[in-house]
Amino acid sequence: MPRPTRDLLRFATVGSVDDGKSTLIGRLLVDTRQLFDDQLDAVAAASAKRGVGDLDLSFVTDGLRAEREQGITIDVAYRYASTPSRKFVIADCPGHIQYTRNMATGASTADLALVVLDVASGLKEQTRRHLCIAALLGVRNVIVAANKMDSINWDRGSFDAVVADVHALAEKIGFHDVLVIPVSALQGDNVVDPSAAAPWYNGPTVLSALENSPSGAWSSQHSGARLPIQWVLRQDGGGRTYAGTLNGGGLHAGDEVTLLPQGVRTTIRSINGLRGDNTEALPGLSIDLDLVAETDAGRGDIIATAPLPQVTSEFEATICWFSDQPLRPGTRLRVKHTTRSTPARVTSVAGHLSLDTLQSLPTEELSLNDIGFVSVTCASPLVIDDYSDNRVTGSFVLIDERTNATVAAGMIGRPAFTTL
Amino acid sequence: MNDPLNMSPSPTTDNRVDSLDLLESHAIFILREVAAECERPVLLFSGGKDSAVLLHLAHKAFAPQGIPFPVMHIDTGHNFPEVLTYRDEAAQHYGVRLLIASVQASIDSGRVSDPGPMGMRNRLQTVTLLDAINEHGFDAAFGGARRDEDKARAKERVLSFRDSFGQWDPRQQRPELWHLYQGKVNPGEHLRAFPLSDWTELDVWQYIQRENVPLPSIYFAHERDVISRDGMWLAVGEFIEARPGEIVERRVVRYRTVGDASCTGAVASNASSLSAIIDEVSTSNVSERGATRADDKFSETAMEDRKREGYF
Repeated sequence: MPRPTRDLLRFATVGSVDDGKSTLIGRLLVDTRQLFDDQLDAVAAASAKRGVGDLDLSFVTDGLRAEREQGITIDVAYRYASTPSRKFVIADCPGHIQYTRNMATGASTADLALVVLDVASGLKEQTRRHLCIAALLGVRNVIVAANKMDSINWDRGSFDAVVADVHALAEKIGFHDVLVIPVSALQGDNVVDPSAAAPWYNGPTVLSALENSPSGAWSSQHSGARLPIQWVLRQDGGGRTYAGTLNGGGLHAGDEVTLLPQGVRTTIRSINGLRGDNTEALPGLSIDLDLVAETDAGRGDIIATAPLPQVTSEFEATICWFSDQPLRPGTRLRVKHTTRSTPARVTSVAGHLSLDTLQSLPTEELSLNDIGFVSVTCASPLVIDDYSDNRVTGSFVLIDERTNATVAAGMIGRPAFTTL
Repeated sequence: MNDPLNMSPSPTTDNRVDSLDLLESHAIFILREVAAECERPVLLFSGGKDSAVLLHLAHKAFAPQGIPFPVMHIDTGHNFPEVLTYRDEAAQHYGVRLLIASVQASIDSGRVSDPGPMGMRNRLQTVTLLDAINEHGFDAAFGGARRDEDKARAKERVLSFRDSFGQWDPRQQRPELWHLYQGKVNPGEHLRAFPLSDWTELDVWQYIQRENVPLPSIYFAHERDVISRDGMWLAVGEFIEARPGEIVERRVVRYRTVGDASCTGAVASNASSLSAIIDEVSTSNVSERGATRADDKFSETAMEDRKREGYF
């Protein structure tokens, strides 16, 4: 009988429209036999109906009517796969610039980015944009599939040129040891099965690279432990415990903790875990804590260990702007950060990221899909870490108060790869 | 440049935490976020395995207090009696208030037309569901849907926005980054919340086994009078009768999903224990909806079309 796995890798496909992301995922799923017979039959029937050959592999994940009609991916498809060594959660993201917010959605929880590019056209602006967003989101591991090698007759020179371009960009934005694999998703070369078409390449296939890359990088943190309180549970007998998902580090009964923003120092009396464990809590898990001190802690407060986060109502951040309406300094919005929401104002826009030079260019406002560097002032203080130290306490979204639309994704601090 | 992110130990490589632990914690996180941010949530409860797991998770999320929202069954009137018995027992077991919204009542009041005694009522549920959400003023409805069930579900957010007509617009989904679930809606609009989004069918069964989640008996192998139609075994009874030429057979079957009794098929199976079911599910060649749901076979985008109208 199969047992729950301990090894899980979440990855997102990134890259420009029409470079073959969905086809590559379709190929990966079909060649590892992840599709049920009826699903494969349905893809074949849909392909025949639209006259796109026997089996249009992109239809495995492009499941919406409009996606199949237009031959593009509009929103992220999540697929689940497992091989003997590992379980995968796959976010197949759209490449079109109009749907950049959906790509960011898919990449925000990924351990790894699988970059797909058309080897004949190389690193397009949209591919650079996606790579920058993935880097800003803190994705550290990258595999690049140089796709459509069959269209250039497996020309080694063209492949080497793409490898050089990729490495130059990767170095600038902080990706190291990026593996570039020559692939034909259409024909199945170097996806699951090694290709005979490129005897000069002796690296791994895409599947083998995915199976051997580090997992769990998304949850890696190097702050202290953080428990944003979601809910106060009243215990039988009158006590209260504070419930939430722990991140950043583990906790033990007896540990000294600080309740923020109140600044109350106290000790953990006991820990309630979901499996009946009560002395130790591990990051990633939902727990509730019984504290020794009587406090007025509630939803939105954070229980933390050293090094402690900062309590402030003003901070600098890097944001991806998702609204058609430009962002101008002074705009009033709502911020959701951990389990706390508060009115906020973007007080200044210091610049936006140039995808060509990776430098900050001065600007008065941010337009749709811009990556910008801003200052934010909140109505009440937040308990924050720099995004590079903790992705939970370092991230936020901005919300339009009238429509409730999510208009920006924010990361506290500035990326290391650009100077202002 | 050193890269501390890659060198620090991470939770998923801690060998004391497995994928079920992470799925459970994430689902509970979602349940609490929606309960905290929305005024009037409700949990949609069909009595199927996914909603059984959802109810169990809701219980764990708020224990030792009770579940802070009611559960609601959209009753097509075409039920398996074992499932109705289970529904009432489960509501009592978890101490939760059970609301029932009836498709029959929607038919009687003329909101939808009667498809006839043998007609499928699955799609009609949408009207009953949206009317009930409106009547009770619910601003969030939890559902047990999973992304691995269908290609349209694979596209849906964990918190899925519905406009004042209850419609889902797959082209205009809200960005949903990290685990920052934002559940604000204007009056008349609502959210669907799917805490089991990232669970697979196998995860659900493994969790049921680990947590001893009670289930309706029809999930386990039993003898039943069935006919073979459209590649499925359909139970002969109140809602399905044999057509000329169809042969009624006594067979050992079980249900892989539980839905409207007029369009949910059984599968031939001897699996009478959770371990046997887990073995069966992990080696199956056919998806659960492909094996058991007539309503998904009508067109290429049957689920998307229903979802756009406001279906689960």
